[in-house]
Amino acid sequence: MADRRPAPLDIFSKLRSATPARIFLPRAGTGLTTRATLDFQLAHAEARDAVEERLDVEALDEELSSRGLAAVRVRSAARDRRGFLLRPDLGRRLDDESRARLKSAAGDYDIAFIIAEGLSARAIARHAIPVLDRALASLDPASWKIAPIILAEQGRVALGDDIGETLGARLAAVLIGERPGLSSPDSLGVYLTYAPRIGRTDAERNCLSNIRPQGLAYDEATRKLLYLCNEARRRRLTGVALKDEAETLASEELRSIDVKN
Amino acid sequence: MYGTTIRGTRYSFPDLKSLMAKATPLRSGDCLAALAATSAAERVAAQMALADLPLSVFLNEALVPYEEDEVTRLILDSHDRRAFALIASLTVGEFRDWLLSDAADEESLAALTFGLTPEMAAAVSKICRNQDLILIAAKRRVVTRFRNTLGLRGRLSSRIQPNHPTDDARGVLASAIDGLLLGNGDAVIGVNPASDSPEQCYELLRLLDELRETLNIPTQSCVLAHVTTTLQLMERRAPVDLVFQSIAGTQAANSSFGIDLALLRESREAALALKRGTIGDNFMYFETGQGSALSANAHWNCDQQTLEARAYGVARIFDPLLINTVVGFIGPEYLFDGKQITRAALEDHFCGKLLGLPMGCDVCYTNHAEADQNDMDDILALLAVAGVNYVMGVPGADDVMLNYQSTSYHDVLAVRRMLNLAPAPEFAHWLTDVGLSDAHGELLAQALPASFAPLLERA
Repeated sequence: MADRRPAPLDIFSKLRSATPARIFLPRAGTGLTTRATLDFQLAHAEARDAVEERLDVEALDEELSSRGLAAVRVRSAARDRRGFLLRPDLGRRLDDESRARLKSAAGDYDIAFIIAEGLSARAIARHAIPVLDRALASLDPASWKIAPIILAEQGRVALGDDIGETLGARLAAVLIGERPGLSSPDSLGVYLTYAPRIGRTDAERNCLSNIRPQGLAYDEATRKLLYLCNEARRRRLTGVALKDEAETLASEELRSIDVKN
Repeated sequence: MYGTTIRGTRYSFPDLKSLMAKATPLRSGDCLAALAATSAAERVAAQMALADLPLSVFLNEALVPYEEDEVTRLILDSHDRRAFALIASLTVGEFRDWLLSDAADEESLAALTFGLTPEMAAAVSKICRNQDLILIAAKRRVVTRFRNTLGLRGRLSSRIQPNHPTDDARGVLASAIDGLLLGNGDAVIGVNPASDSPEQCYELLRLLDELRETLNIPTQSCVLAHVTTTLQLMERRAPVDLVFQSIAGTQAANSSFGIDLALLRESREAALALKRGTIGDNFMYFETGQGSALSANAHWNCDQQTLEARAYGVARIFDPLLINTVVGFIGPEYLFDGKQITRAALEDHFCGKLLGLPMGCDVCYTNHAEADQNDMDDILALLAVAGVNYVMGVPGADDVMLNYQSTSYHDVLAVRRMLNLAPAPEFAHWLTDVGLSDAHGELLAQALPASFAPLLERA
């Protein structure tokens, strides 16, 4: 047997700082110590609570009106949380009453912002308004006709297609609570779809993910969103084609940096 | 038309695929597809009708049209009638009885392998209780080799899954070292790359290969990129041990993954030419999961469990080193809760083994499923009793890149100890040689072998 020596603690702590993964956990026999076990349980409990929580539409509506922003409230066809989880198709469709209400708000809009709780109402409660504030402040009102803000209960990403089509918006930006991770119960996602209509696929959207202070910061997320909005309008599309181009541009920038160095 | 009469009530099923779907134990994905039985009694009626069906029916009625699906063509064209002769006269129900009998042993089950179609395996699984799925699967071992020997009786292997949200080299290395110190990684050290960029994947391959070489570990590494990316990397002479790909049970679903059988054959040829395996030529690595065809709208109105078994029909012609179902990853609209995930895990393992695959399982769930780590403890223990080849070792069971929970390095240790299972023999020797385990194979607490020191200092 080869010789062994005790683990130098500084090396482990150095390694631990290289990843958010749960590494070098304290052991009790082959298992984890009580504290490490309960830490995990707490993280899972927070993620579960985030899934179960419902969006406080009232509070959000008030926040918007305090900014002078008109909002329209809608619901998907999913009646309750269980139905929402089991039937993704229902969460992608407006209920009849909501569709009627939206039709009366229809118009000629360049973009509609849709706030949907998705799988984390907590993400919406924490991050939707900060991102929306920044986005609205950066869009020139002279060239962007913005639809009333849509507040959608029990909505999935593709509900934005139904909403955008009913409203008559050329772009739909869906701010949605993402599926909670164990260490990220409040990640916000933004999905952008050009010419939204029922039947659009995910390949026809662009997505910004993990928006929260510990992930993609508000300012950076807004900068990327505006880039995508402008490009989507200019090229009249969203999705894989737009993403490829954005990545090509980015890698060309990188190559030119390589040459310079 | 199929059917049965129970106490005066007639239950009928228009075709074989609807009979199969209605006979399937309840799961949300079949409800979502509007294929499930509409009552508990109808489900059992379908199971009774299915049990009375001769196995040979599956050779005459394709669930997915032969003309339109290359997976169906593969399954029927490669069917071994001589091997099938052993069970050719049986019904599905009689086949279950035979599988439970002493006539079905390691040898006869191995001989039967290519006489069974995936649909036959799926059919018999539907009328098995969980206990049957465990008991029968435990009879069948499938052994594969690349740099070590996986799947032997009395062994449980694990994949180190050292994923990182941005593929950071130090972060991946740190998680991999933690796994090795905990006796994991004999199945593979395999990273899911956060980005499919060939450059990033190349860097990860080099990192893992260097780790393996430096520590002289008898195992293999893998970057689980799309097969087209891996093909490119092999052309550039990257150190590719295993070729990974997600696969499904219909041509249309595979097409949604950007693959077909020809592409898989091409990648297998390319990897074979590399001759990197030291003791064997199993080097394909596949992942599957119930519900993938439905989510790609490529399910031909077949139930998700039957289509999962058909994915194994694809896998087995490539002699994979590893294949695992990622059972609870897809979400509650396909497998709602711990009960459904458990059932699916046992079915997948059972069907995979009967079809001759070195079946592993990513025992896992997402946070919107009605499941928790206790369910994973149960599934892991059940699969280990059933003789699963390998499971995942994820740091603290928390995958910080893919955002789901699986089993941990520690879970692997616990099950090995509970059931007296050891790692692959070559790997077990290595653990002892470097000083991570004692002469009896027991892992030493907090050991840090001298050979790890240079690696740690560089990290």
